[in-house]
Amino acid sequence: MGPITTTHYIALSAALLLIGTIGVLTRRNIVIVLMSIELILNAVNINLIAFSHNLHNVNGQIFAIFVITDAVAEAAVGLGILIALFRNKETVLADEVDLLKW
Amino acid sequence: MMDALFFYLFATLVLGGAILTVTRRNAVHSAISLIVSLIGVAGLYLLQQAEFLFAVQIVLYVGGIMVLFLFVIMLVNLDQAAKQRRFNRQWWIALLCVTAVGVEIAYFVRKGASAFSMARPPVAAVANAGGNTEQIADVLFRQYLLPFEIASVLLLVAVVGSVVMAKKRI
Repeated sequence: MGPITTTHYIALSAALLLIGTIGVLTRRNIVIVLMSIELILNAVNINLIAFSHNLHNVNGQIFAIFVITDAVAEAAVGLGILIALFRNKETVLADEVDLLKW
Repeated sequence: MMDALFFYLFATLVLGGAILTVTRRNAVHSAISLIVSLIGVAGLYLLQQAEFLFAVQIVLYVGGIMVLFLFVIMLVNLDQAAKQRRFNRQWWIALLCVTAVGVEIAYFVRKGASAFSMARPPVAAVANAGGNTEQIADVLFRQYLLPFEIASVLLLVAVVGSVVMAKKRI
């Protein structure tokens, strides 16, 4: 095992991003789609922290804080929408919500 | 050496948790795997001397967002959803596209790897000493004060929006 470089972190974050994307694109359950979005945002954060460490610059960590803020807002609103959806349509499956399709 | 060991440990936690999150049938199992994955990410932050974000990750993600997720899972009846197909009909198209993107990313990371091979050791006495939290506070409240305030407004909008969405009758 060689020393851990920024490349390792970037490869890890790319893998996490791809797994999250698979979750968003293929799962039917909206709760799990929202969880996959959290995975994607965490991949972004890993990247930001890796470069912050690489460049000895704290700005990357500030941006990671803003990304976390966005993730919180997204989760709160998304779960609120999910509750409203379940109340009206009795389903949590993304492909059964097709009111706008024809 | 120790660093590498911990990196691979946390990377296993992160990727294993992520894969389980995406593939489990039961949403509660997915949520618990996601917690494992997020704790692994927190460990990676600690490995890179981002102590403040380590604490934020644990408190906010594992303590806040995940409780919200579990709460909604309990609130919404997922039983019959768990009995149906897990993946939608376009899953193979999605998998194809993701594989293509993955190959692209792998190619470019491989090509550009030499540009950011971190190996150079952290410069002693980075900037003005002080702890990680102190540095973040310095930059956040001086350079990024306006974005910080805008983020607080965003959170207020999100709170009001989620209450409006989840409430039966305003």
